[in-house]
Amino acid sequence: MAVPKRKMSRSNTRARRSQWKATAVSLATCPQCKSPKQSHVACPTCGNYNGRNYAEALRSEHA
Amino acid sequence: MPTPTKGPRLGGGSAHERQILANLATSLFEHGRITTTLTRAKRLQPLAERLITKAKRGDLHARRQVSSVIRNKTPRRWNGEGDAYTIVHRLFNEIAPQFAERNGGYTRITKVGTRKGDNAQLAVIELVLEPVSPKQAVVREAEGAAKRSVKEQAAAEVEDTAAETAEVEEAAVEEASAEEAETTEVEADEAEAAADSDEK
Ligand SMILES: [Zn+2]
Repeated sequence: MAVPKRKMSRSNTRARRSQWKATAVSLATCPQCKSPKQSHVACPTCGNYNGRNYAEALRSEHA
Repeated sequence: MPTPTKGPRLGGGSAHERQILANLATSLFEHGRITTTLTRAKRLQPLAERLITKAKRGDLHARRQVSSVIRNKTPRRWNGEGDAYTIVHRLFNEIAPQFAERNGGYTRITKVGTRKGDNAQLAVIELVLEPVSPKQAVVREAEGAAKRSVKEQAAAEVEDTAAETAEVEEAAVEEASAEEAETTEVEADEAEAAADSDEK
């Protein structure tokens, strides 16, 4: 079985890990309350989506 | 027929998935709207819609098929005789009639963000109990009327040309029907496009 010959230096490890980056979520504006929200997801602030309200579901699941 | 699911079952086994989906379907028909994970909602949707289709059929065989999935749980009211107030009864006698005008698409899934503990995507799956939009009905009526008028015209032309020779008659009818078929297709496409834009 192939195994590493040398221990990997902290520097190399950290240099590799420095490329692990998170990307910001792209946000849209809620047409009802104008607060930022993710597209295709009910608004976390007012619970509206496409003219329907899901505030109850948001309350019960995120409390 | 919905596409068979790929990948692992929900819950860890085929039997467990069946149990989960049966419980979810029962809850959906009891409450009309349930919150669950997006994956479960997506698996539940085809099952629930097929159950509603069976409920719309409404005969004894359909009732037995539905009863083999839905838990015969008694909701809220306890004074019913036999299966008078069970979920199956409600599905057949209260929910199915409300879908009489609707051809498929009985349920709707809406994403509602993520759960705190495990960041799982959550979704609300609900029965679409709103009346079918009047615009769609109007479009369907218009398409039907267009088709009917075309048929009447074709029939009239056949009668007019009946006196002429058989060859001429056939040619004329073929030409006319071909032309009309084209025009009706274009009209239907336009009507559908209009309906789509209205929905958006
Ligand atoms: Zn909002």
